[in-house]
Amino acid sequence: MAGTGKAHLRDDQNVLLRVEDLVVEFPIGRTGLKVNAVSGISFDVLKGETLGIVGESGCGKSTTGRAIMQLPSPTSGSVIFDGTELTTLSGEAMREARTKIQMIFQDPISSLNPRRNVRDIVLEPLSIWKRGTNAEQLAAVDKILEHVGIDPQRAAESKPHQFSGGQCQRISIARSLVLNPQMIICDEPVSALDVSVQAQVVNLLEDLKKEFELTLVFIAHDLAVVKNISDRIAVMYLGKICEVSSSDDLYRNPAHPYTDVLLSSIPVPDPTVAIKKISVEGEPPSPVSPPAGCRFNPRCPNASDRCRSEEPTLREIEPGHFVACHHPLTGGEVPVTVRSN
Amino acid sequence: MNQSEMVRSEHEPLVETIDVKTHFKTARGIARAVDGVSIQIRRGQSLGVVGESGSGKTVLSRSIMGLLPRNGVIREGSVRYQGQEIGNRSDKEMQSIWGREMAMIFQDPMTSLNPVMKVGKQIAESLRKNLGMSATEALAVAEKLLHDVRIPEPARRLNQYPHELSGGMRQRVMIAIAMACGPNMLFADEPTTALDVTVQAQILELLSEQKRERNMSLLLVTHNLGVVAGYTDEIAVMYGGKVVEKAPTKTLFANTKMPYTEALLSSIPRLDQPSHSRLSTIPGRPPDIVHPPKGCRFAPRCAYVRDLCLNEEPELQQADSPDHTYRCFYPVGSPEYLERRVELTRKGELVESEGSN
Ligand SMILES: Nc1ncnc2c1ncn2[C@@H]1O[C@H](COP(=O)(O)OP(=O)(O)OP(=O)(O)O)[C@@H](O)[C@H]1O
Ligand SMILES: Nc1ncnc2c1ncn2[C@@H]1O[C@H](COP(=O)(O)OP(=O)(O)OP(=O)(O)O)[C@@H](O)[C@H]1O
Ligand code: SF4
Ligand code: SF4
Ligand SMILES: [Mg+2]
Ligand SMILES: [Mg+2]
Repeated sequence: MAGTGKAHLRDDQNVLLRVEDLVVEFPIGRTGLKVNAVSGISFDVLKGETLGIVGESGCGKSTTGRAIMQLPSPTSGSVIFDGTELTTLSGEAMREARTKIQMIFQDPISSLNPRRNVRDIVLEPLSIWKRGTNAEQLAAVDKILEHVGIDPQRAAESKPHQFSGGQCQRISIARSLVLNPQMIICDEPVSALDVSVQAQVVNLLEDLKKEFELTLVFIAHDLAVVKNISDRIAVMYLGKICEVSSSDDLYRNPAHPYTDVLLSSIPVPDPTVAIKKISVEGEPPSPVSPPAGCRFNPRCPNASDRCRSEEPTLREIEPGHFVACHHPLTGGEVPVTVRSN
Repeated sequence: MNQSEMVRSEHEPLVETIDVKTHFKTARGIARAVDGVSIQIRRGQSLGVVGESGSGKTVLSRSIMGLLPRNGVIREGSVRYQGQEIGNRSDKEMQSIWGREMAMIFQDPMTSLNPVMKVGKQIAESLRKNLGMSATEALAVAEKLLHDVRIPEPARRLNQYPHELSGGMRQRVMIAIAMACGPNMLFADEPTTALDVTVQAQILELLSEQKRERNMSLLLVTHNLGVVAGYTDEIAVMYGGKVVEKAPTKTLFANTKMPYTEALLSSIPRLDQPSHSRLSTIPGRPPDIVHPPKGCRFAPRCAYVRDLCLNEEPELQQADSPDHTYRCFYPVGSPEYLERRVELTRKGELVESEGSN
């Protein structure tokens, strides 16, 4: 079976989301070709856990998030949320399920209705689902707006374009919170925010997580933020998962050569530190005709013949640390348990 | 160009704003989005603009570019480009400046790209309009530009619509459009927020290359202090529509004066902290720009506030070096600052680990 393996899936009754062999393809016109956006990935998230997803632009992170929400349904594979298989749900049942999983999108401004005032935008999900009386709805909305640092009074009087980019992102976070979801998929939720608000939002998400046993999938490019908020991190490359590990361990001990490149490209907020020259060579790969074997092989400094023909599967190199690589950077020192599916 | 003109243009700023104010008429009253900003950008120089969300960074860039809504805007002050006043020009007069002289990478790629036009055509249109290229020529150049911004398979991408691209690719299309006509002055509003760190590094390298090779000037709006640290010569920190501290990049980090700048720097999540560390934040909200506080605009949130700050607005002060200015009565390192710091530490209100790096 093509895919990156399932050794990292956990047999735990607290699993809230389990994704297996997820494949998402987009046909290209009438050419018969297709974009392999996500190519058979598996992962799980426990109740109350935060899973971070990082990886190169275009590697399929947003597509994965959307496939969980069935926006659109994946080409194949299974998405089990709270014991329910979502890929076969009817339209009505799926709409209901979507109140329990919310998604915060990457483009803050375009995801808000430009013609309505901001308080109504945040209130809308409550009125669609008829949750509580009108007064209760307004009280809930104002509380959430306060929480994310938007003045409710101003929200009642203003449209989205009258707010800055960062303010719009906080508004969409508020909107995603009003229905009290079990899980939130955050697609770049803080990348439009300045550091101080970003810190507030990260702290806020952490608080909400504790308060409501909220489970998070957190997609982001800022690796320091991802490290801070996540319990576990999955690194994606060209539609595959190449490394899964606890957050602290991943940063201390990256095992996949791509993870290593990613971590070493982080800009340091210190002008006396010289900028590192980018260490990843070659063209970004094509998701239309991905390379055979390991998908990172054309750009990997350690690639061998085996890497060009045989696809590596995820295996555990230390407890809780999984890597899909034939020659992992930290695999040498530790006993390797090969457990492929 | 003769010798004396060369010398003059080296020293004269390419872009200069003098006490620029951009206010919006809103239902609640006048919103002072940009409230008296004076900055200068020389040729080949890059100025980083940082500051909280809503502090006026985008409106400042748009004010210089002349890209403001037609109605309900009150503009004051002077905007000069190559020594000429452009603040009062009409859209029609600005046409010759947009694209070739000044270009802008907008913050939100999805709302600035036309959703029903293929990306190749969108880039080509700008080339045809501004540089008079033929349709086929423009498409060939568009492909090259997509290649330059590291978009894989540029030829295939030309024929795609914006929604078919990933977020980071859309952002790079915006960059390609802005770079298309080789501007002298580029405004880049959060150009790399949707990009992963490897592509981010490549894009910033590309912008620096243009800066070096073509002597392009760059105004880089970003909230990523790692990015400004590495890629700017000077930084302006904005708060509530004003520049509250401005200094060469190294000086700003090494010799911070404004308590606001200091608070901003300490809220950066750091890789050397374990996960789930509580991030240090700035309490309270950004100022209401319709009814700004009377004294220092940061006073309601400042840990070092004293009576004077609440009643009087601090003027621009000069720090040890002439190109370092700030607005604060009790800057970092002053006796009052140090005294308050001792109190705060004693009360346990100063939790962030100082100097652990
Ligand atoms: N509707 C679509 N039609 C065709 N191709 C698509 C579509 N949506 C996404 N893709 C392609 O699928 C791949 C993965 O895109 P995706 O948006 O998931 O990337 P991403 O990891 O979220 O990237 P970024 O970090 O830039 O947001 C890309 O090559 C993209 O162009
Ligand atoms: N057309 C408008 N009408 C009324 N107010 C506006 C308008 N455009 C911007 N504002 C207000 O002006 C202030 C400055 O906005 P601006 O977009 O410049 O912020 P910013 O510093 O770029 O923030 P961000 O980092 O979130 O993008 C904000 O309070 C915003 O709400
Ligand atoms: S499997 Fe081979 S090519 Fe792939 S990352 Fe590991 S060493 Fe590099
Ligand atoms: S002037 Fe006063 S309130 Fe304003 S930043 Fe300085 S110390 Fe704080
Ligand atoms: Mg994305
Ligand atoms: Mg902005």
